Amino acid sequence: MFYMLLRHRDVPDINQIDVYQKNGGFDALKKAIKMDTTDVTNEVKAAGLRGRGGAGFPAGVKWSFMDNNNWPHYVVANADESEPGTFKDREIMESNPFQFLEGISIASYAVGANAAYIYLRGEFWEVAHFLDEKIEEMEKAGFLGEKIQGTDYSLKIYTHLGAGAYICGEETALLESMEGKRGQPRVRPPFPPSQGLYNKPTVVNNVETLTSVPYIISNGADGYRKFGTEKSPGTKIFSLSGNVNNPGNYELPLGTTFRELIFTHGGGIPDGKSIKAIMPAGASSSLIVANDEALDTPMDYENVRNVGADLGSASVIVVDDSIGLDWLINKTMSFFEHESCGKCTPCREGAYWMHQLTKRIHAGEGTKEDVELLKDVATQVQGKTLCALGEFSTMAVVSSIERFPEDFEAKV
Amino acid sequence: MSLAEKYPQEIEKVLAKYPPEHKRSAVMALLYMAQREEGYVSKKDKAEIAELLDMTTTEISAIVGFYSLYHDKKAGQYRIQVCTDIGCALRGADQYLADLCEKLDVKPGETTDDGLITIEEVKCLAACDKAPMFQVQSGQGIKYHEQMTIDTTLELIEVLRKDAKEAK
Repeated sequence: MFYMLLRHRDVPDINQIDVYQKNGGFDALKKAIKMDTTDVTNEVKAAGLRGRGGAGFPAGVKWSFMDNNNWPHYVVANADESEPGTFKDREIMESNPFQFLEGISIASYAVGANAAYIYLRGEFWEVAHFLDEKIEEMEKAGFLGEKIQGTDYSLKIYTHLGAGAYICGEETALLESMEGKRGQPRVRPPFPPSQGLYNKPTVVNNVETLTSVPYIISNGADGYRKFGTEKSPGTKIFSLSGNVNNPGNYELPLGTTFRELIFTHGGGIPDGKSIKAIMPAGASSSLIVANDEALDTPMDYENVRNVGADLGSASVIVVDDSIGLDWLINKTMSFFEHESCGKCTPCREGAYWMHQLTKRIHAGEGTKEDVELLKDVATQVQGKTLCALGEFSTMAVVSSIERFPEDFEAKV
Repeated sequence: MSLAEKYPQEIEKVLAKYPPEHKRSAVMALLYMAQREEGYVSKKDKAEIAELLDMTTTEISAIVGFYSLYHDKKAGQYRIQVCTDIGCALRGADQYLADLCEKLDVKPGETTDDGLITIEEVKCLAACDKAPMFQVQSGQGIKYHEQMTIDTTLELIEVLRKDAKEAK
């Protein structure tokens, strides 16, 4: 297996600055700060690096949208990692922190930011304190702070802890939260590259996206494109969880099949049970019927769509044949009811009523009409909210009812 | 004592992270400071933070209410926050929580008779491959405990009780 992101699995102690440097650490930053800023952005654009937080938007294109008539510029690393089933960013930050910080530095240089923030979910308390130490070590070694490596470029990186709110992973809610407000999404446009943090142009990128950047600068767009597919280049960390023998993070080229991830790397399904469904994008995911066609589908941003779901943050939750999906959607609705920020009425009320219905159906007290009503409420929420959370809350519900009707017939 | 009297240098350090005209960004860090001693944000602390950051106490209360790691009521010195979200639940977290509650003779949300341990059921903590798991939130911060059993949990609780006793 080739590790571009989880390099600590090849190089022990790479979270120590001298070990990181001995293994090519900061070479990309040294190279980048001698390049023209536009060339750095163009290299990332040419590499086709797509946002790893879920949306899959091309990172270099996002950087090129920064409004150069409005200053200062900011870079914010989204380390709010809260999608049920996702646990990759934490491993990067704990075990390969310098590559992540180097990625932030290169992104900041490319967009002309002199201050960058890492927004971590409050639960990552220990990770935040660990990163503070690593930032200090980088400053002492001359890779952060004033006049980096003898150039005119200066950068400070700060950590900022959230306090428990899934919605803050949405980039505009994250910015509100950073500004000391409740984390509720903003109306877009304007998008953050025009008006972001403190109404200034801001790039918000996921931890894994930023950690991919040093490899691109060191090896060029062509070197990066040796991995993955044409439209989804590079490697991706797949967080594998649920009913599987070996749950964990697996860094694989985009385009690897579900079968390879779940059976070759994940060791298959425990206790002699069979695979029933897959949620490729965590709790926000539609459920895929785990037939041969689905298992042989390459996991990239395009192909997962063909089997009726999205790749999202690639948090692959495996569901075996002992699980009733009435139980499962009651879990996802409990989550979304709790996490809806309350700003948009269809999401706030819809999540509440959907959860009431899933509770009743799961308890065996529902009727056939309740299942129809549940699906009706879900489709009424769709397309009527400011951010994707409302939409996400309906995915598992609608796909379960449509693709696994027998689970609901058995309960009513 | 006020927060400004107790933690003057730390407050200064937090404020220095943000542009001076946006000191409101420091509210998250100051609320954690306020929780250090009693595990919740008191009315007095809300008023002080509001004044320090040019906000209203209503705005501070709205933030405390919005985020799940801020509390405005006293609970046990250690909050054991067990994840029972979908990933953990598929790996037995619901049963684990039920067993733990039975051993401690509490329900989720309740505190043990000695006033030290509160058991809470929480949403995803980004450790789905290491269930059953929980975090312990106390005034000192937050710490993860993964791949836990009832026995290892009870051992940890004994250590926490000992720590609390020694601190007194």
